Amino acid sequence: MAYSDKVVDHYENPRNVGALDKESSNVGTGLVGAPACGDVMKLQIKVSAEGIIEDAKFKTFGCGSAIASSSLVTEWVKGKTLDEAAAIKNTEIAHELALPPVKIHCSVLAEDAIKAAIADYRRKAGLPEDEAEKAAG
Amino acid sequence: MTAVAKSKTIGRGPGQPIYLDYQATTPCDPRVVEKMLPYLTEKFGNPHSRTHRYGWEAEEAVEVAREQVAAIIGADPKEIIFTSGATESNNLALKGVAHFYKDKRDHVVTVVTEHKCVLDTCRHLEQEGFRVTYLPVGANGLIDLAELEAAVTDKTAIVSVMGVNNEIGVIQPLAEIGAICRKKGAFFHSDCAQAVGKIPLDVNAMNIDLMSISGHKIYGPKGIGALYVRRRPRVRLVPLINGGGQERGMRSGTLAPFLCAGIGEACAIAKAEMGAESERLRMLRDRLLNGLNARLKEIYVNGDLDQRIPGNINISFAFVEGEGLMMGVKDLAVSSGSACTSASLEPSYVLRALGLDAEMAHTSLRFGIGRFTTEEDIDYAIVHVAEAVEHLRAMSPLWEMHLDGVDIKSIQWAEH
Repeated sequence: MAYSDKVVDHYENPRNVGALDKESSNVGTGLVGAPACGDVMKLQIKVSAEGIIEDAKFKTFGCGSAIASSSLVTEWVKGKTLDEAAAIKNTEIAHELALPPVKIHCSVLAEDAIKAAIADYRRKAGLPEDEAEKAAG
Repeated sequence: MTAVAKSKTIGRGPGQPIYLDYQATTPCDPRVVEKMLPYLTEKFGNPHSRTHRYGWEAEEAVEVAREQVAAIIGADPKEIIFTSGATESNNLALKGVAHFYKDKRDHVVTVVTEHKCVLDTCRHLEQEGFRVTYLPVGANGLIDLAELEAAVTDKTAIVSVMGVNNEIGVIQPLAEIGAICRKKGAFFHSDCAQAVGKIPLDVNAMNIDLMSISGHKIYGPKGIGALYVRRRPRVRLVPLINGGGQERGMRSGTLAPFLCAGIGEACAIAKAEMGAESERLRMLRDRLLNGLNARLKEIYVNGDLDQRIPGNINISFAFVEGEGLMMGVKDLAVSSGSACTSASLEPSYVLRALGLDAEMAHTSLRFGIGRFTTEEDIDYAIVHVAEAVEHLRAMSPLWEMHLDGVDIKSIQWAEH
């Protein structure tokens, strides 16, 4: 199967690989997927006092499309408010990376990872749950 | 030695990845192509034409090929039926025997790790009303002979067990299986697409009644295979294809002499060179495995390492997903047990049958080493696989947890 140039670029030069201190009160961590399914994404966000995502890191176990999807969303969420980041749709990720139908689940997982990281941050910060996050379950 | 001299170019054009997928298919040996070519042009006759020289020379090519195929498995040439490939041979053996003997015997025994064309044929027979027993395999990929013996009854028409597994290269105990089948009065069929030319085979010593053979797994052409059908005691088949009664009535249709010449020559070369080739492949395989083990931790060989053809190694690289890994080694043509591209997203059923966790099955790569693989190819593969695994582990959350001492099984994963 041929990958799009953007997938190859993110795979070969992944943006923002790494980890933030998950114990820190201004860091939210999302861990989604399952090893048995062949995809696990860990996405972390660091949120400023003004509620802006100032840093994001990821680690992903998965195929090239899964790695590219998570790498891309770390770029996208930086500088966004929590609500803006939570509004990122998997279809936008799939479109940007030109994912074929069989790889759409990778973009879904990346969207879930953002929502899970935001939910974790909100829980820690004692903020009320957001509508988008409830929808994501 | 011409093959070795030409080895740098065979199966690998300029700028092409290094081919390490010899269980998927093999390039034609140039010596095979040489034997085939005249039968496409000047010796183009129909081998079934009896009235002129064109027919005779085509027929002679077919009969020489039949002898060459028979010789590599210790059979009589009259017992060899040419088919379109191992898939057809497997279909013909299983359906042919089941249908012929259905009034007396309605049971089939096979193994969960067989090739899809055997398993799918068995499913089809089940829909027709036959009973099928699917034997499990152990962690090493081999069947338990006591379980086989218990499964075979006086209602069993045919037992089908492959010689060598296509994913993990393990060799089933054919002679022992043959002895059990003979004792119980069931026919023994073996899909030997991956075994012919790789391990010594003798249909009489092993009591094999039917054997499927493929051309393109042994440096012959695609589009041809053979089925060995024992004459004494006689095995009878209901044909799948009806027509002019060629191939003892079991497989009608005009034979393709150039393809027959190809599979025949491929068998002759394999028979002559198997000993030396096996030794060379074993050396390359050990070099690959030792090289990877020296660079990487947490890698595991899938399937028995001793009861295995030398040209195969299947390795799980823990905490690295197989398809992602293949993308990282794009200069190598290999395959993965992580069927991430398949619609089902299910990892290899063969690896699962060994008792491997789904997550470990997702991390596997199959390396197929063959006649045209060089030491340089292997050394290149070691470096590139190791670099890709290190790169991917650095971004794997599972590897991070492993290093932190977190047991991945202790986490409640949301299966998706």
